[in-house]
Amino acid sequence: MSEFYTKKIDKSPRIDKLKKDLFLLPPQIEADRAVYLTESYKATEGEPITMRRAKAFAHILDNIPIIIRDDELIVGSATIRPRSCQVFPEFSFEWLEAEFDTVAERTADPFYISEETKKTLHEVYKYWKGKTSSDLATSYMSPETLTAMKHNMFTPGNYFYNGIGHVTVNYGKVITYGYSEYIKEIEEELAGMRISDANYCKKHALLEAMLISLRAVIRYAKRYSRLAKELAEKEQNGTRKAELLKISANCDRVPEFGARNFYEACQSFWFIQMLIQVESSGHSISPGRFDQYMYPFYKKSLDEGMTREQAQEYIDCIWVKLNDLNKCRDAVSAEGFAGYSLFQNLIAGGQNVHGEDATNDLSFMTITATEHVFLPQPSFSVRVWNGSPHAFLIRAAELTRTGIGFPAYYNDEVIIPALMSRGLTLEDARDYNIIGCVEPQKSGKTDGWHDAAFYNMCRPLEMVFKNGYEDGEKVGVQTGDVAEMTSFDEFFAAYKAQSDYMIALLVNADNAIDVAHAERCPLPFLSCMIEDCVKRGKTVQEGGAVYNFTGPQGFGIANMTDALWVIKKLVFEEGKYTLSFIKDALEHNYGKDMDNAAAEKLTVSVCKQLAANGKKLSEADVATVYETVKKNTCSEADKAAYDKLLKDIEDLPKYGNDIKEVDEFAREIAYVYTKEIEKYSNPRGGRYQAGLYPVSANVPLGAQTGATPDGRLAYTPIADGVSPAAGRDSHGPTAACNSVSTLDHFIASNGTLYNMKFHPTALAGVNGLENFVALVQGYFDRKGSHMQFNVVSRETLRDAQKHPENYSGLVVRVAGYSALFTTLSRSLQEDIINRTEQGGI
Amino acid sequence: MDELDVKGRIFDIQRYSIHDGGGIRTIVFLKGCPLRCRWCCNPEGQHYNVEKMTLGGKEKIVGQDVTVGEIIDIIERDRIYYRRSGGGLTLSGGESLTQPDFAVALLKTSKERGINTAMESTGFADFSVISRYLPYLDLYLMDIKHMNSAKHKEFTSQPNELILENARKITDAGTRLIVRTPVIPTFNATKEEIGEIAKFASSLKGVTQMHILPYHRIGTDKYKGLGRDYSLTGIEPPSKELMNELLEVVNSYGLKGQIGG
Repeated sequence: MSEFYTKKIDKSPRIDKLKKDLFLLPPQIEADRAVYLTESYKATEGEPITMRRAKAFAHILDNIPIIIRDDELIVGSATIRPRSCQVFPEFSFEWLEAEFDTVAERTADPFYISEETKKTLHEVYKYWKGKTSSDLATSYMSPETLTAMKHNMFTPGNYFYNGIGHVTVNYGKVITYGYSEYIKEIEEELAGMRISDANYCKKHALLEAMLISLRAVIRYAKRYSRLAKELAEKEQNGTRKAELLKISANCDRVPEFGARNFYEACQSFWFIQMLIQVESSGHSISPGRFDQYMYPFYKKSLDEGMTREQAQEYIDCIWVKLNDLNKCRDAVSAEGFAGYSLFQNLIAGGQNVHGEDATNDLSFMTITATEHVFLPQPSFSVRVWNGSPHAFLIRAAELTRTGIGFPAYYNDEVIIPALMSRGLTLEDARDYNIIGCVEPQKSGKTDGWHDAAFYNMCRPLEMVFKNGYEDGEKVGVQTGDVAEMTSFDEFFAAYKAQSDYMIALLVNADNAIDVAHAERCPLPFLSCMIEDCVKRGKTVQEGGAVYNFTGPQGFGIANMTDALWVIKKLVFEEGKYTLSFIKDALEHNYGKDMDNAAAEKLTVSVCKQLAANGKKLSEADVATVYETVKKNTCSEADKAAYDKLLKDIEDLPKYGNDIKEVDEFAREIAYVYTKEIEKYSNPRGGRYQAGLYPVSANVPLGAQTGATPDGRLAYTPIADGVSPAAGRDSHGPTAACNSVSTLDHFIASNGTLYNMKFHPTALAGVNGLENFVALVQGYFDRKGSHMQFNVVSRETLRDAQKHPENYSGLVVRVAGYSALFTTLSRSLQEDIINRTEQGGI
Repeated sequence: MDELDVKGRIFDIQRYSIHDGGGIRTIVFLKGCPLRCRWCCNPEGQHYNVEKMTLGGKEKIVGQDVTVGEIIDIIERDRIYYRRSGGGLTLSGGESLTQPDFAVALLKTSKERGINTAMESTGFADFSVISRYLPYLDLYLMDIKHMNSAKHKEFTSQPNELILENARKITDAGTRLIVRTPVIPTFNATKEEIGEIAKFASSLKGVTQMHILPYHRIGTDKYKGLGRDYSLTGIEPPSKELMNELLEVVNSYGLKGQIGG
């Protein structure tokens, strides 16, 4: 590999100005997309669905208001107000209508909505009743599945209510050749078809729909070209006038034609990135290997006289724009994906298709851009392998040290063979990038359906203790009364039986949603950019992609390992306690009062139920409910007995401390989920593959989970990803790394997530960086797959809770992404503070 | 007797230690020390006998008898991180020279397995004891606290002649050595006193580095937990400015100085 430029490049003053403008107003909900979508849908009743989708997309792009913000060099905005969002009623709308009056006030990711917008959307929604992908999905689900979902056994909320997203298209091809080339190819494909072909009807309609979509995209860019020209004519400032004229020329050229220089390539990139998110509400539209596909344009422009400072400014502008997009989720999902995150994952470094290191100037400049812009988007990642340049890893560690929570580190040495085991070719596997949080795949060829559902591994254990029943309803399977279980094997078999049953229902839920998307919300524009949709004549949603997967993510391994270890040791080996006693302890939350946040939540749900039963509640009644819920009324003798149990639990070894037998046990526990899920197939002709990561759902879903036998109290957070339970790893980072890498990261080919928190002093100086990099490499030598870090002191986070106004820019690592700390809910803030802080001793 | 079966007494093991020798290291703290430094941040390591210490309301037994085999197993677990970082094993304490059979067996076993070794020590022992360690030691982190023997005795309970003499013998024997000096206000936190140590350090054969470690109060709770008095109450850690001035003094003797380990 040739030499590359590794030095930091100065930030243009423009970037701070753009950033400031981004945050002047709170994000709002805008109705334009929904209005034009609905207009078009009304006019196309009865036409093929792909055609209707394309016509609606075109109608939106031809009419939606456009804006060029002050000082922008890269243009294209989905909303008039920055950081705002459009809505997507074709997927679901009831939740938003129900939350019209609370969405601006909620703690997680609030959005302003005007009365006028409410009125407009209310009208629009009348059309969509019974017509959404969500409605259809529900109708395809079995009653058992719906019951399990009602009881929060798993949560497929993401795609149930929204688009799928989670994709990386072939950016390089669009940027190099332009959409005109795509149009040519589709026209050729059309010309080559015979009307007698078996798949003629659907394929023909789809190819026509693709052409409509692509032509609309080109027209949309030209609207920007004209707008820039108009603005230039009015502009007094000569410098800005020239910039606007350049913008106008760029938008006239791209994305219709191939980019001729780096600036055009950047503009072309942005139209692709943004418009995929106008066609569908799916998030995690991941730019992937930006440093690779942009490099030829960078190199050419550099040779033609572009300075590195100019290139850096364009990249920085893109970074700002990635934060201009936004998405409003329902209140529950907003907690699970907290931080207004769109998970646009962009990755630098790693190998090329030939297995050589591919690090280049842009790999370093993307790190610099992340430092310059210092916002949660893009979700910035780096690929690490045994041939990574040391300078690159040290530069990445410097970024980690800033505390932004980026980059996330990914291990080529695990991910490449893991993907090959799923059928990718060696070349495709080597060219992987990350989607969303931690999910690896090959760009331009994959519909990964990553993030397909949250699977809470603790809930099947609750079902064992409840013999499959909850609140008088049969939710799981009847595995018998725990009091009669005589061996750990029998108990473990019951856990597995409950889990297997839930996994089957989860598959039913995901497949129902999958089919519903194919039937109601296929995406012709996106499908143009994913092989082999054009040739097969199928959209991505119908199985048009070369590689198809469904990847639901399990979490709670640490809790389940520790919990089952407790049962194994204290009940069956030492005989200290009976399962009946443990069951009592869990039901009574170990004799402890409920913590405030959990008590509040439970009060709300109890009061709702009372109200639903027709009871009128005074404020005093609510207060009484709260007190009753919060206060534990166990006898003192029971409390003492539970305290003894808690003490015995505390004294047992825990996952995360490099204790071989516990860690190997954890590996087996993880298999209960990972090996079972991969037995199943999806309707697109692909298979299921497990992920082990929680996004930020370990907090809200922990709030739906009772006490567990590892000593975890009711409704408190569950351990995130493959990380040890909060505060239970006490032997330092290398011990924790050894534990976590004992798990089988290859089988969890949809990604694993290991969160570590470091105190800033642990990364101080050159030595701090060197040792940090050695730790990452050591974990990767042991075949861990992913690592991410929060480098911020506990005191800083506490102070930020007290004085959020002083910390509006404080970015922390949440899960597979970073977010502004002050925008997170209190409970999530607490969870982040409580993660074990690893110091350099 | 097999080296792996040699017994010793330790009071802690810390993994991912990055401030005592190069790279990522595992520190084994041996119990027992002939000195009583007033600022000592590991008072639980001073006595050889097993003790009880109360910390954060919890009583903890300090001191555990272990074999070389048990300890080497723990050291081995981080081998991959040593390899990536150039780290290894560091013996600390207490004073490792008080348990020569155990310490030497542990160092020898580590060396034979290709693990880098370092020892943080005061050098307060007969040289015939120290010379047993040297063949298995890659780095001697030697504490030299003061050049005035009377003052040394006042603050550490022992004079310094033996220490200084050993420093010379260790370096003459060709072992790599870094001088480490805790900077303690009221004891040695002046340019003159640090300068004298630096001057001595620079006269040692092959010594090129000196670490000055600012006094901190992290260990003070432990004194209470052990039922002992902490005689240095009321002392503030040295300021950054002072540390930087002292660093310049160290550097002026041709040494590569460093604040902290």
